[in-house]
Amino acid sequence: MLSLFQTHAHDFLTGFGWTIASSVLALIGSLILGTVFALMEVVPNKAANIIGRIYIEVLRNIPLLVITMFFYVVIANVVKISGFAAGTLGLTLYTSAFIAETVRAGINAVPNGQLEGALSNGLSWWQGMRYVVLPQAFKLVIPPLGNQFINLIKNSSVLAFVAGMDLMYQANMISQETFDTFGPFIIVAIFYLILTMPMSYYMRYLENKLNKEG
Amino acid sequence: MAEFLSAFSWINIRFLLMGLWVTIEVAVVSVILSFIIGSLLGVIRYVKIPYLSRIVGFIIDVIRNLPLLLIIFFTYFALPKIGIHLGVMTSTIFALTIFESAMLAEVIRSGIVAVPKGQLEGALSNGLSFKQALWHIILPQAYKKMIPPIVSQFVSLIKDTSLATIIMLPEVTYRAQIIYAQEPNAIVAMFFALAVLYFALNYVISKIGRILDRRMAA
Repeated sequence: MLSLFQTHAHDFLTGFGWTIASSVLALIGSLILGTVFALMEVVPNKAANIIGRIYIEVLRNIPLLVITMFFYVVIANVVKISGFAAGTLGLTLYTSAFIAETVRAGINAVPNGQLEGALSNGLSWWQGMRYVVLPQAFKLVIPPLGNQFINLIKNSSVLAFVAGMDLMYQANMISQETFDTFGPFIIVAIFYLILTMPMSYYMRYLENKLNKEG
Repeated sequence: MAEFLSAFSWINIRFLLMGLWVTIEVAVVSVILSFIIGSLLGVIRYVKIPYLSRIVGFIIDVIRNLPLLLIIFFTYFALPKIGIHLGVMTSTIFALTIFESAMLAEVIRSGIVAVPKGQLEGALSNGLSFKQALWHIILPQAYKKMIPPIVSQFVSLIKDTSLATIIMLPEVTYRAQIIYAQEPNAIVAMFFALAVLYFALNYVISKIGRILDRRMAA
């Protein structure tokens, strides 16, 4: 297996890089989108609430693969985008629904008095959200957001379906090239674990700490 | 628009619905198996048997932190190398069960931990053995509280079944791909159909889960 890694080190490392790139880009995108839709759910406006709800419910209940394939098959026909871009966009939209749920739960967990206090001190609703509620909400949801990021890294393997150059794609390619259906997958598994295991232990530690404090 | 509508011929709809049935079949079998295995693993982690609980815990962590797609690949392509040949359907169920058991083991363990300690102590001091206390007192209370996370695991299982497209399991996503490969005009319609089918199925499951949860809480 070591020799397999040595001969294909370049491919594995390229895959590792694309997996990280896709995960980080999708994380940034879905954090922004997720916060926007979480706000749409709590803003005092019925129409915005409904749009936010629909967005979250629809994207949460459809497989990531279907969303990704939609970008790769349908959107890429209209606008020229690469498999990597299609995959990362699909990943972003899918994850944003889960992050929106998480952030909304965080906003709801901040006591109502915080926003009321902000309003009665003359802040507008947006200012109250921006400067008082959201900073507290984000603090509360760091562990679940971390878990979403772990899921995101695992889910980025769906890029293999759309020729996204990631780890899973490379493993598939190498195994087809060398007729070795064992080694490449084990090596790729180790790469994934390098990314996800430390983070999942750290999140568990954070959760325990928060539980003890609470 | 005519193109869009013409994609929904009875033949295509029936073809997709048969795929949806495969999706449901695979998901239901996997969730039942994972529930049993996950319960066993969750209990092993909870009772802290020397060495065994730690090893089981580590294996669960490894599986939880791997992409499901990798596990599906591995079951279908690597296991034959060591003499285990599984069909497409069995491979999918096998991979989903391994992954989901690890997920549910964590859910079940934290459900057991959430049952107040006094329940176990009370049962023991009333003369029940540890096994009896676990089976009759702790687990029933734990399961009641676990309905929401288990239902959401089931929903993700249904979504995850789509990944088996890669080993050509004839479930609904794979069938939609077959249709639009033959009728390129049907692409948008097929994605729309997939979205509607998955959404409807998962929405109904979530609703049933919520009703069950309310019943149990009452």
